[in-house]
Amino acid sequence: MTQIREIELDVLKPHLPNVLEFSDAIASLGADYEVFLDVVQMDEKTETLTVLIKGHSLDYRRIEETIKNLGGSIHSIDKCHVVGEAIKN
Amino acid sequence: MLDRLTLALRISRSKVILRRYFITNGFDGVLTMLGLLVGFRVSGSVAIDILLVSGLGTAIALAVSGVSSAYISESAERKHELDKLRDAMMDRLEGSAHEEAATIVPVMVALVNGLSPFIFAMLILAPLWLASSNSMVIAAPVDLSIGIAMVMAFLLGIYIGRLSGTFWLWAGLRSSLLAIAIIFLILLFN
Repeated sequence: MTQIREIELDVLKPHLPNVLEFSDAIASLGADYEVFLDVVQMDEKTETLTVLIKGHSLDYRRIEETIKNLGGSIHSIDKCHVVGEAIKN
Repeated sequence: MLDRLTLALRISRSKVILRRYFITNGFDGVLTMLGLLVGFRVSGSVAIDILLVSGLGTAIALAVSGVSSAYISESAERKHELDKLRDAMMDRLEGSAHEEAATIVPVMVALVNGLSPFIFAMLILAPLWLASSNSMVIAAPVDLSIGIAMVMAFLLGIYIGRLSGTFWLWAGLRSSLLAIAIIFLILLFN
């Protein structure tokens, strides 16, 4: 089994919930999750974000689900760091 | 469930709308009851039971009207907002908090809009009900109900004053003046 340690997403989301609430919802998915969020572009009703998430073992499916629940949509995965069996601990 | 409700209220910015509906229709309930009671009071001697049933009927009508009108207008408004957001996102937003808010918020707004006048009306009618059911001996239940309606108008005024940052006593008195104006107009037409 591999583990995702870091992932960078390009996300489009409505203005509400705001970026703090958005980051908070993702960070609360794991005790060691770290979320770094940049607002790249603001439009009338939406904003484009770069979301960098770090953690020991990220659960991508739950992250995707949380973003979708908050009205966001993942446009692309721009960067990731995945580790294999030998180095995962 | 509570988290989802809170989120729905947050993302739809509905707390202010709920508060506004609560005050507006609550005020409607208080003033309608006041008008009804004063009307009966000046028309002469009316049996408490008749007054109670009339008041209850009016309160139910206010509640049903409040629920239905708010639901129809809010659900149309929310659907319109959701459609605009869907266009901007180029996504159906299925299963999202925004889609959920478009369903939940009209129901909450409708309930507040309907229950607010109903609850105020019930509080105002309480002395009549107590007198009618012989649960309590009340010397002048109609006058007491009118008094409660005046107090409610004053308290709603204070609440509005707190929101707008106006001096509480002035805000309360301003609302009471409206109630007094209603009494005066009824007496004038009578």
